[in-house]
Amino acid sequence: MTTELLIWLIPLPPVLAFFLIVLLTNKNKALSHTIAVGAALLSWLGSMIVFVQALGVEHLGEHPLGGEPINWLPLGESVDTYFKIGVLVDPLSAVTLFFVAWTVLMIFLYSVGYHNFGQPVGDHDHPGLPPHGATVEEHGHQRSSPVGKHVVPSIEPMYSRFFAFIGLFAFGMFVLVLSDNLLTLFVGWEIMGLCSYLLIGFWYAKPSARDAAIKAFITTRIGDVFMLLGIAYLYSATGTLSFREIFTEGILHTLATVPSGVLGLSAAGLIGLLLFIGTIGKSAQFPLHVWLPDAMEGPTPVSAMIHAATMVSAGVYMVIRMFPLISLDPTTMAVVAFIGAFTALFAATIAVAQNDIKRVLAYSTISQLGFMIAALGIGAYVAAVFHLVTHAFFKALLFLGSGSVIHGMEHGVLHTGNHKVDPQDMFNMGGLRRKMPITFWTFLIGGFALSGFPIITAGFWSKDEILADAFGHGHTAVFVTLAVAAFLTAFYTMRQITLTFLGEARTKEAEHAQETPWTMTLPLVILAFFAVTYGWVGIPEHFPALGGLVPNWFHEFVGGTLAEHPEAVEFSVWPLLTSLFVALGGLTFGWLVYRNVNSAAEDRLQIPVLKNKYYFDEIYDRVFVKPAYWFAEAVIYKFMDQSVIDGILHIFGPVTDRLGSAIRNYFDLPVINRFFGDGSANVTYWFGGKLRAVQTGRIQQYLMLALVVFIGIGAALYFFLLA
Amino acid sequence: MNFIDTHLLSLILFVPALAAVIILFLPNGENKLFHWFTLGASLIPFVLSLVVWFRFDATQSGFQFEEAYVWYEAIGSSFHLGVDGLSLTMVLLTTLLTPLAILASFSISDRVKAYMMLFLFLETGMLGVFMALDLLIFFVFWEVGLVPMFFLINQWGSANRNYASMKFLIYTMGGSLGLLLAIQMLGVLFGHFDLVRLYEGWNSLDPTKTLLGLPVSTVKAIAFWAFTIAFAVKVPVWPFHTWLPDAHTEAPTAGSMILAGVLLKLGAYGFLRLILPLYPNEARIFAGALAVLATAAIVFGAFAAYAQTDFKRLVAYSSVNHMGFVVLGIAAAAFAAGTNDATIALNGAILQMFNHGLSAAGMFFLVGVIYERTHTRDLGKFGGLFPLVPVYGGILIFTSMASLGLPGLNGFISEFLVVRGAWPILPIYTAISMLGLLFTGAYILKGIKQVLHGPLNEHWARGEHKLTEINTREILVMVPLMALILWIGIWPAWILNVINNAVVKLF
Repeated sequence: MTTELLIWLIPLPPVLAFFLIVLLTNKNKALSHTIAVGAALLSWLGSMIVFVQALGVEHLGEHPLGGEPINWLPLGESVDTYFKIGVLVDPLSAVTLFFVAWTVLMIFLYSVGYHNFGQPVGDHDHPGLPPHGATVEEHGHQRSSPVGKHVVPSIEPMYSRFFAFIGLFAFGMFVLVLSDNLLTLFVGWEIMGLCSYLLIGFWYAKPSARDAAIKAFITTRIGDVFMLLGIAYLYSATGTLSFREIFTEGILHTLATVPSGVLGLSAAGLIGLLLFIGTIGKSAQFPLHVWLPDAMEGPTPVSAMIHAATMVSAGVYMVIRMFPLISLDPTTMAVVAFIGAFTALFAATIAVAQNDIKRVLAYSTISQLGFMIAALGIGAYVAAVFHLVTHAFFKALLFLGSGSVIHGMEHGVLHTGNHKVDPQDMFNMGGLRRKMPITFWTFLIGGFALSGFPIITAGFWSKDEILADAFGHGHTAVFVTLAVAAFLTAFYTMRQITLTFLGEARTKEAEHAQETPWTMTLPLVILAFFAVTYGWVGIPEHFPALGGLVPNWFHEFVGGTLAEHPEAVEFSVWPLLTSLFVALGGLTFGWLVYRNVNSAAEDRLQIPVLKNKYYFDEIYDRVFVKPAYWFAEAVIYKFMDQSVIDGILHIFGPVTDRLGSAIRNYFDLPVINRFFGDGSANVTYWFGGKLRAVQTGRIQQYLMLALVVFIGIGAALYFFLLA
Repeated sequence: MNFIDTHLLSLILFVPALAAVIILFLPNGENKLFHWFTLGASLIPFVLSLVVWFRFDATQSGFQFEEAYVWYEAIGSSFHLGVDGLSLTMVLLTTLLTPLAILASFSISDRVKAYMMLFLFLETGMLGVFMALDLLIFFVFWEVGLVPMFFLINQWGSANRNYASMKFLIYTMGGSLGLLLAIQMLGVLFGHFDLVRLYEGWNSLDPTKTLLGLPVSTVKAIAFWAFTIAFAVKVPVWPFHTWLPDAHTEAPTAGSMILAGVLLKLGAYGFLRLILPLYPNEARIFAGALAVLATAAIVFGAFAAYAQTDFKRLVAYSSVNHMGFVVLGIAAAAFAAGTNDATIALNGAILQMFNHGLSAAGMFFLVGVIYERTHTRDLGKFGGLFPLVPVYGGILIFTSMASLGLPGLNGFISEFLVVRGAWPILPIYTAISMLGLLFTGAYILKGIKQVLHGPLNEHWARGEHKLTEINTREILVMVPLMALILWIGIWPAWILNVINNAVVKLF
């Protein structure tokens, strides 16, 4: 099989799994997950083969894999006007493919355990609601002596459907990564939008999940419609959407010089901005960040899918992909850098006040994506890609780890039967390190990577590179903002670890928490491996002691994507010291503050404005959502359509009616009926009445009359003819 | 066979009418017989139009499968039929949707004989418009289609059917008065009504000459507006759209399928067949106005749909929104005729006509499925039905997503092409219409939310009201639609090729 064909085939297994499960095997849970995991494995295998082959290509940036695109849409007279689609694997897509394939496979495997495969069917479980557990008779060590009933986790009622949906989700991401043009990238982009809607709202019978799903879809769609305009603009300006053709000097030069007529931006600037708005929606950047924390309503593997493997990474991937275009206009770049840096700090401040274990991670995702966007905005291309990859690994790890924690806690809740205890609230946990050792150690690795724990974690290397770039290129404001955000990151991460795993159990449920099955812990271990080692492929050359021991492969490889290989930033000790300080300082500080905090009441950071996320949900609801509905209902429908337009139409009815009756009353009745109709009848009647006098019935009179007439006619004839 | 080969179009056109006449002589009260006979009869034109589709040579310009018969020699009108890529696409849509609509009507048990006859006559009427190459014939079929639809709404419709059917009839008739006059005027001027010859003669008229004592430009402007209003009512272009939600909502399910699926396309077809080729200059002058109305339809249609509490009305308003994209594409093409952008916009507009036919028919049918079981269309009375009807739910979400324009399904391709074509020509209007695209998402998700998601409304869960799953016959109605929706979304070249060639040759 040629590499080209193999690249085409990579996205197919998950989508085939989707159709197979939906149409045929959805009744059979084991078969369904086998198909889905098998499909993920096939795609993973294909991706790894392609990745390895891509590594072997010299100057992959200039000679990407993928072969010739094929004709897709006929759009004009000649063959040139065909819209062509194809696949492309250059260094950027190769490294993305690598982490997508790994995280997707891990998430698929994890889902088997997460949805309690092998457990009994729940007592009162309904499709559309999370499983509530099943009662089983427990037999003691001596056989046939039941020691009583107890409740164990029950299998998800819509188990097969879940695997179908995540299959489609993975398909969307593979399409996006492998596309050689912006249109099929957008197709993958939107398929993921649909899947996020379906999966966030997986437990659709919960109103909160249903609303979160709609919120996610609509908020990202705001970005999408702008992006669609950007695509249309780019296509009409250049006549192509193919990356190979756009990123050529001629076209880029034209785009950079042609004015767009809007805000003094060049065409490239406006297109870049429109596309970037798409990323703001998809990667949950300020001000469209509101959907991502609510996306927690979905099952945890979905959160990992959205936060790491697919959805939000897609947004960043797209701007990175379009970097040669976006970087043409300094105004656009400034906007990108500002949004990124602001979001990084803004989301970090919210994260410190959240108590839901997943919600903390959600805000940390927004914040970390801000790091990548900011890096891109200051031109640190490779650093942005690096952080995208490392983040995907450690964030997938953290989410799956938090899911494992929640799962363990739910076990405890089922054991005690006290359903009032929220298994996601960190203040209900504590001391889980002993109950769930694998989860603890892997979570610790993920958390340290997120915090940028020096040297050993991948997060350190990628975050350090961003800071070094910001410092080295003189973007002081961005540097300071990101450094503060990084400090907060380390702080809230340690808060999370401390509250969850360290100290003593704060509730009975936490005491009865249990380690999760291998299908869940194995993915954690594998992801933890990457969360550590992936950083070592990108150690800067001049780093003290370590630099040069291993080549900075990542920079060399990914840098080759761009036509002009970006220079590695010169080594400076200040950003390094900053990263060391913020990471270690934040971690220590977090531990010092929270090691003795036992309840939310003791937590001094429960500040209402942070806890309520700066009231963005409330503000948006008042300013956009409610007015939009009011406008739709009261103004457009009731007023414009029903009152004005139909009102005008309804005038025709009565007017015609009046006109009709006027014609009848003032013309038909008096003139036609009375005058002509009745009139002629009356005249005839009157005349007839008068004539009646002569009709007496006496024969003599008739003869007499006849004689008179005869004489009269005879006289007349004589007079006229003879005389 | 030879007869069939040479009379393909007439056969497609008249088989339904003939079948309707035969039904008249079938014994009364045999509902099953009527159902199956009508379904069989409506499949014949479908098969024949497939034959035409595969024999059609897209690379040729001009009309194919032409047939011409003496009809009304005294005034120079002949019975002239023929198809090009544009009309063939519409013929295929019509012959495809009619059997599906008839299959959807198997649940009708009231006066089945008359119902089925009307449906078949309706099919002949619609097909005639798409095939006619003679203006008088065009007009005859244009009006013929109205009558069965009026009775279908008026006799088999729901509560407010009298108002809706009268509004529909009078509005459309009122619109077509001008059309009739303008057609007559052309007939008087040229001594014939033949469209092919008109295409050639009309634009070569010396503009300094006078016709009927008026300058040519004035005559053309008057005729242009007469045509435009007739078609605008039918599409419907905002603000002539208010008949649509009433008629669609009150019509029986199959009637709504055909109304949205095919009848609306008659108006857009008129724009493409008559206005753009016959009045390119006037169209260019008034393209801006048309674009304003198209944008208004897209945006206001989406908002109005979002405001609905009646499921069927929501879907009805979505038609206003979607047909707005067709008109936007037409306006863009009118403004910059002959450019590549215009070609792309028209490709998009025509494909959007076909796509909307599929998704709107599907949506109306699905609304009908649930209405038949619950006897309500009030969105507030559903809620959380997904666990009760998982198959129906899946189909509804799929079709809704097609309507929403999800990439990978058909609607996206056409909407993208319209946006792409219109953007360089009418950037402001295109940008504003994005607001409509956003709210398309809002109303579609609102429909799904209120029907399928959320806590289960226990009323439908058990007892006599227990909601039953969609049955095999109903799934069969949806399968061809869904297959096409997916197929066009993934590989649109098979149909876009035909459309594209027609657009390149025609405009």
